[in-house]
Amino acid sequence: MSVNCCGAGMAAEACRNVDDLSKVALDDELARAGRAMPDGTAEYVLNVPSIHCGACISAIERGLAKVPGVVSSRVNLTLRRVTVRLDSASRAAGFLVPEIERLGYKAFPFESASQAEAAERRRSSELLRALGVAGFAAGNIMLLSVSVWSGAEGATRDLFHMVSGLIALPAVAYAGQPFFRSAYHALRSRNLNMDVPISLGVLLAVAMSLYETFTSGPEAYFDAAVTLLFFLLAGRYLDQLMREKARSAVTGLTRLAAKGAIAVGTDGLLRYVPLDEVRSGDTIRVPAGERVPVDGRIISGSSDLDRSLVTGESVPVAAGEGQEVEAGTLNLTGSFDMVALRGAGQSFLAEVMRMMEAAEQGRGRYVRIADRLSRMYAPVVHVLAALAFVSWMLATGDWHASIYTAIAVLIITCPCALGLAVPVVHVIGAGRLFELGILMRDGSALERLAEVDRAVFDKTGTLTSGIPFIEVPELSAEEAGIARTIASHSVHPASRAVAEALADRPGRPVTDIREVPGFGIEGRSSGRLVRLGRASWVGEIASAESRNEGTSLAFAIEGAAKRRFILSETLRDNAREAIHAMQKAGLSPEILSGDSPAAVRSVAQLLDVPAYAAEATPQDKIDRLQEMRDEGQKVLMVGDGLNDAPALAAGYVSMAPASASDAGRQAADFVFTRESLSAVPQAFAIALEAQKLVRQNFALAIAYNLVLVPVAFAGLVTPLIAAVAMSASSVLVIANSMRLSSRSQRKARPAGQPGQRHSVEAMA
Amino acid sequence: MNQILLLLPVALLLGLAGLVSFLWSLNSGQYDDLDGAMQRVLGEDDEDAPGA
Repeated sequence: MSVNCCGAGMAAEACRNVDDLSKVALDDELARAGRAMPDGTAEYVLNVPSIHCGACISAIERGLAKVPGVVSSRVNLTLRRVTVRLDSASRAAGFLVPEIERLGYKAFPFESASQAEAAERRRSSELLRALGVAGFAAGNIMLLSVSVWSGAEGATRDLFHMVSGLIALPAVAYAGQPFFRSAYHALRSRNLNMDVPISLGVLLAVAMSLYETFTSGPEAYFDAAVTLLFFLLAGRYLDQLMREKARSAVTGLTRLAAKGAIAVGTDGLLRYVPLDEVRSGDTIRVPAGERVPVDGRIISGSSDLDRSLVTGESVPVAAGEGQEVEAGTLNLTGSFDMVALRGAGQSFLAEVMRMMEAAEQGRGRYVRIADRLSRMYAPVVHVLAALAFVSWMLATGDWHASIYTAIAVLIITCPCALGLAVPVVHVIGAGRLFELGILMRDGSALERLAEVDRAVFDKTGTLTSGIPFIEVPELSAEEAGIARTIASHSVHPASRAVAEALADRPGRPVTDIREVPGFGIEGRSSGRLVRLGRASWVGEIASAESRNEGTSLAFAIEGAAKRRFILSETLRDNAREAIHAMQKAGLSPEILSGDSPAAVRSVAQLLDVPAYAAEATPQDKIDRLQEMRDEGQKVLMVGDGLNDAPALAAGYVSMAPASASDAGRQAADFVFTRESLSAVPQAFAIALEAQKLVRQNFALAIAYNLVLVPVAFAGLVTPLIAAVAMSASSVLVIANSMRLSSRSQRKARPAGQPGQRHSVEAMA
Repeated sequence: MNQILLLLPVALLLGLAGLVSFLWSLNSGQYDDLDGAMQRVLGEDDEDAPGA
């Protein structure tokens, strides 16, 4: 249910001011995410990805409590969300975002949970409920069973069996449902999955035990049936929990991307238009600092565009009238109007999405190791049980004993340990990755990462960090002060780098500062013109006209000498170490970039990577990955841009930094949130460890079967032996999996040296 | 035998009480934010009640 408030209504109104309009857009988006409460209040959920500790909780909750209109607020640290209740549903909620930002946290309206996510949530709470019921039943039946094993006889034993049955029947009927349903579906589609023998084993054991109870038999298997369900549900729940946590972490990162556009009406008024309502031919205004919503051609105004996420180019390009711009490009300096060339459905972004889907299908479905194993295992279990029954029938002709043995075989072979072997390792692995700032989409990603034998990196934004490094020339105190002041007025990456490099020099007052899109910034200091920007443009006011220096960056005070700044790309922290680690692991890294050959070459040389390709289009990247796949290689793709997204989907497994484009993050299996590139070798190392432990766990489970199946076959398994064996093997597997977490504490974490900068002559 | 007739229902009721309280806490959202609960214990606001 969505709040029908003025926020939505206001969005349709026209405004003259772009700032007002973005506020309206925010109100509109929050209104859609809001829920009206029966008492007239309304609840809004905001994503606040930077919440990370107890202090954040009280800072936000106390801060919001002082805001008029807020009834209550509650921070969820696990999901990094804030739920805010406002006193009236008719209040536009857009002010919450700047309020939270004032407290020091970036907030984004939470996109209402998709249907798939809601279904997952239902599934996990159903599993948890079933787990609770099975745990209760298992505990109580075990109490009664221990009494029977320690010698209760006659009427007492029958009574205990009866009570056990009374607990077990409803418990199995409730907690067994996830397995029964899955087994039923498998059988209907003429398949065999691991849930079939589980369901069969549990149901037969309960039926058999009932028969025993009513005929005053000595042995009932109620405890085994329920304990089995309990252990298996624990494994399922852990698996589900991890998937959900990974999902919520990744969606939490989704930024407030352009979901709408600012359309310029024929009357000159501005209107906020949802993205899918933009038609080709519309006039769209793109303010500085915003992303271009659809493909278009500039009709008035000029600016600098950051295309690094779209094409991989590291240097911002100047754009003016008549130039075409792709959707997703970041507008850096000036506002411009453009005419939309295509609707959102046919834009460059949509094209990339189509390629991504095609690539994903080509990748084929990866069959998880547990599924592969159970495909082999399930038929064996059935054959063994049937064999036990037939051979006992032939040998003794005793129905009762034969069925009894067959059930014992089914219960012993039921994969308690197998069900826990993978999820426990993956949950611990995901926890360790999370500590390192790496988010994982699902467990199969960890399995795939361990099998990788080749690594491909994108350059811009992946190996390099978006912030350029700057070499400062000799400057007088006056020059440095002025340069610093005017540089801090622009969001252009080069200006930001200059401002940062001169941060320790005292600023000087400058008036009339204005940004000249495509050229630079200028201002006036003590009556003289000062400029920072394109060398040829700065040269116009400098004392001596020097040779043409193209697009390099310079600074001058009117009439004085020109000062050149040398800009270069910075490598991401620990990029060198990460590449070396991958080389040592035998993954022979390769660079695939959309940037110019010179830029790619210098980074490749700096990192000692012999294999690289420049000016690669998204299609080129996919083709290269396809080529490697045809050679039988399993490729890890690391990239961030929109142009990398199809390649990320085509790779055997993929990673993206949190700064990546939405499409890139969506396509990646892992997202790392820290600056350092060591995330890649770290994730790889954890994947390898996890793989080793999963294999050990399988070996343990199989060894357990090898020992106990013959015992069951011989008809020697009593309920007591079954219970002990089942619990012991499960505990053993869990204990073994725990080694994945303890190992991390013993090994000191490699201390990254942040801020180390290697300069590359690429942006100059 | 008599003790058993008394103890058996008592044991079962206790277990059942545990199960019911678990399901209640689950439904009232007490497991929704375990990391937050861990931190809130250390917070200074005593009036801070869960379930909001």
